[in-house]
Amino acid sequence: MAKVFEKPTSFYSNFERKTAGSKKSTHYCPGCGHGNVHKMIAEALEDLGLAERSVFVSPVGCSVFGYYYFNSGNFQSAHGRAAAVATAVKRTNPDSIVMSYQGDGDLAAIGTAETIHTANRGENITVFFINNAIYGMTGGQMAPTTMIGQRSTTTPGGRTEVDHGNPIKVCEMLATLPAPTFITRVGLGNSKQIMQTRKAIRKALKIQAEGKGYSFVEILAPCPTGWKMDPPDARDHLLSTMEDIFPLGVYKDTSEDVTEDHWKRVSLPFDVNKRHEYLQAMKTPLDLEPVELKQDLNCKFAGFGGQGILTLGLFLAQVGMKAGHQVSWFPAYGPEMRGGTANCSVNICKDRIGAPTVEHPNVLVAMNQPSVEMFEDEVVDGGWVFLDSGICTGTASADRLKVTAIPAAEMADAVGTPKVANVVMLGAICAATGTFEPDYVKDTLRVIVRKKELLEMNLAAFDAGWEFVKNG
Amino acid sequence: MTTELKPYMDVDSELCKGCQLCLDVCPKSVIAISDKLNSSSYHPAYYIGDGCTGCGLCFYACPEPGAIRVVKP
Repeated sequence: MAKVFEKPTSFYSNFERKTAGSKKSTHYCPGCGHGNVHKMIAEALEDLGLAERSVFVSPVGCSVFGYYYFNSGNFQSAHGRAAAVATAVKRTNPDSIVMSYQGDGDLAAIGTAETIHTANRGENITVFFINNAIYGMTGGQMAPTTMIGQRSTTTPGGRTEVDHGNPIKVCEMLATLPAPTFITRVGLGNSKQIMQTRKAIRKALKIQAEGKGYSFVEILAPCPTGWKMDPPDARDHLLSTMEDIFPLGVYKDTSEDVTEDHWKRVSLPFDVNKRHEYLQAMKTPLDLEPVELKQDLNCKFAGFGGQGILTLGLFLAQVGMKAGHQVSWFPAYGPEMRGGTANCSVNICKDRIGAPTVEHPNVLVAMNQPSVEMFEDEVVDGGWVFLDSGICTGTASADRLKVTAIPAAEMADAVGTPKVANVVMLGAICAATGTFEPDYVKDTLRVIVRKKELLEMNLAAFDAGWEFVKNG
Repeated sequence: MTTELKPYMDVDSELCKGCQLCLDVCPKSVIAISDKLNSSSYHPAYYIGDGCTGCGLCFYACPEPGAIRVVKP
């Protein structure tokens, strides 16, 4: 029976997605290794009967246009993220055959994390790694795999160990991980190597099809354009130089030992019917007790980190939630857990809240002077301002605002701990705005205060703040 | 009486980019480069017409999916 070597049917017959040049030929330069590997992958998909359920994940790089050529499912992922995208495709479509196809810049520079962690999870995908030791598409810059002494546009004097580090050997690194099933490095230097590459590609895809786990095929490929060589010279250079740095061979192969479907990983899509179960788990322990809202509260609470500013916001928001209103709480703070600046925005509204931020508050709590100065001009006319009078020196906007200067920290200290100064402020807010009755708020506090040993002090602090406003 | 069928390779001269890798790998050296330019300004490879064994090495060495076809009857 006749044997015919010809363009595999898992390529498109015409590359209609190509925007420039012939619809029959690839966009690759003469002598580029990508075409060889594309051809052998396409042939393997056809021969193994996998083409119909295959998904090709393209990287950023010269092979970004994989979807021009492969008559399969196609994704083009963000730079370096092909392995992460492939993980998602495989887990949500366990019967698909998922390949990520990546160059050295994509896989071993920007995508290092995705590469390692995908291998470490043993995802049942196949990764094709085209190593040509250079950034081809962007014009021949140094790649992680560029060899010592190799010139590139960013290493015009040649790569050095001191300035740029050594070339990264990805197969060797990944082979240290327990999960991967098959890791091999092959080349395109001559016919023998090409046929070994063909074999490795088929084996890797077969391992995936049998559910035997992660397979990784590194292919040393020539970049005649980036290397500034004629195609035959580039192949010779690959043989004479690259192979010494990146030895060919099988670095790991447990495919005979693992059972089929051992590495099957399936993540089911989010089950909307379980939504209520999830929400129940996050549900507030507060029971709804509607209270009419006299006016919307748009609050800005500000001070030092550690003064309970964010907690004050959470408390008020939860009171509002219990009362049946729309609420939002939006924190803003520096990287310091203590001592930095902190503020939060709280909205309690009758109608839906468009944005959780508060640009023009009608309630401002300032627990240090910088906060007064930062926010006083933003408070709407007639808005309430609460200052800790033991810490703040005052506001310049007293004539247009309803200012309450209250020694909150001192009052809190008097009931047991300065930590509850924020709840003194809560009492003051409720009293001044007339929004929530004391018993209502205190019942809420009994549920939401996490540190029960501090509960009584919180309740006393609330009363102190309330009384200060009502009775001075 | 039937004519004996011989293996042959064929180059689509319009798709060939003239990289010459097929010349390098051909064990019988039966592929050559044309003096003429194709429409993409490459000198395409061509089969000299005799001696192909149908081994397929040129097919795998060729980076273009559709440029080379090898038939081994």
